[in-house]
Amino acid sequence: MKDHHEPTDPTDAGPADSGRRAFMGVAAGITAAVVAPGVVLHSVTAAPRSEAVTSDVRWGLLIDTAKCVDGCSACVDACDRENGLNLQNKPASASQEHWDDQKAVWIRKVQLQDNQTGRVTNLPLMCQHCEHPPCVDVCPTGASFKRADGIVMVDRHTCIGCRYCMMACPYKARSFIHKAVEDQLTRVPRGKGCVESCNLCVHRRDFGEDSTACVDACREAGHEAIVFGDLKDPESSIRKHLAEMASRQIREDLSLNTGVRYSGI
Amino acid sequence: MAKAAVRAGLVAVGLAWVLVAQVVLAADAKTYVLEGSKAAALESCVEPTDVMRRKHMELIKHQRDETVHGGIRSSKHSLAGCVECHIRSDADHVPQPIHRKDEFCGACHAFTAVNLNCFDCHASVPKGPGAEQASHAAFQAVGADRSVQARPDGEDH
Ligand code: SF4
Ligand code: SF4
Repeated sequence: MKDHHEPTDPTDAGPADSGRRAFMGVAAGITAAVVAPGVVLHSVTAAPRSEAVTSDVRWGLLIDTAKCVDGCSACVDACDRENGLNLQNKPASASQEHWDDQKAVWIRKVQLQDNQTGRVTNLPLMCQHCEHPPCVDVCPTGASFKRADGIVMVDRHTCIGCRYCMMACPYKARSFIHKAVEDQLTRVPRGKGCVESCNLCVHRRDFGEDSTACVDACREAGHEAIVFGDLKDPESSIRKHLAEMASRQIREDLSLNTGVRYSGI
Repeated sequence: MAKAAVRAGLVAVGLAWVLVAQVVLAADAKTYVLEGSKAAALESCVEPTDVMRRKHMELIKHQRDETVHGGIRSSKHSLAGCVECHIRSDADHVPQPIHRKDEFCGACHAFTAVNLNCFDCHASVPKGPGAEQASHAAFQAVGADRSVQARPDGEDH
């Protein structure tokens, strides 16, 4: 249990493998060449992971709430598309209100209001990828787990759907799939009776891509409120941003050392 | 004596059926590998056929833990890879769910009365951009070049 009670500072990384990182950045990418009319050569050069993830990296997000726009849902919509959440169908028997409450969501737009001043802050809230995740602590089957690279996820092969983790998560980050699912994406398996939550686009991580769907969408919408990156790499843009701007964890008092940080709250 | 003869006869009939079933299944399996795909030209699947028949579930089970917990996506024992090769498209080039009772996985599982629940959660037809990546990784792992690959929807034939 030793590592469990010693929060590691995300700033304690060495520059040792930045060379490897740079190489992996180059190795990633997908190209398609047209060699003749109607004949397209698909040559996928992205390098799928062939060795297990290590704790040399710790993935995280930095969200600048000052740039997050009231009423914008670009990140939520992109997450829905990326992870097939838009393929869920409302059961005929459920009311719209009940469905809105029960359908799986990985990002929620949350509004914070300061009761003294009335100031309202918007922020996207997803799984915070806690270093000491309560969801993992309570899971009776070991289905909730933290990957070596800091991503907290559910192994659906072992999840029994007891939903202890949903009760334990302080961020209401987890969803339950209540009904049999017909439409699944190859990259995001999904089935009745399992819990799921944001996995930092784990399929993108494993194919060497360098962003998440929400980050891309936010940038395309012109807001650039979210930065994704390696909290252990001193050269990463997320670390540079963290060094420059004040940021906080939500519910810092719980000492979970979240991988998702917010500025402006 | 007569009893023994009957028993021997039954055993012989049984064995013959198993043989026929194997041959029929093998012939069927051939047609289920996507026509024109690199896989169709391969001698056998990612492992010799007899190993695949007996052990595919163990291979996939081992692989799933490596993928989910270790993020390893380059294994040749990938479910997405199974689907990519063995999927069949109908006359209108629409890929048919692979676990349906008349398709590659479903037919054999129905014949052997073994529950097949992979596709309760996993896509039973290649779907989404991730499908392309996942299957490419699987092809790479078996050393088959997939630079030109017929797509399951038959679009680039
Ligand atoms: S935010 Fe919730 S689901 Fe995510 S790691 Fe923390 S406790 Fe688990
Ligand atoms: S619902 Fe699944 S992941 Fe959550 S605690 Fe129960 S078994 Fe673990």
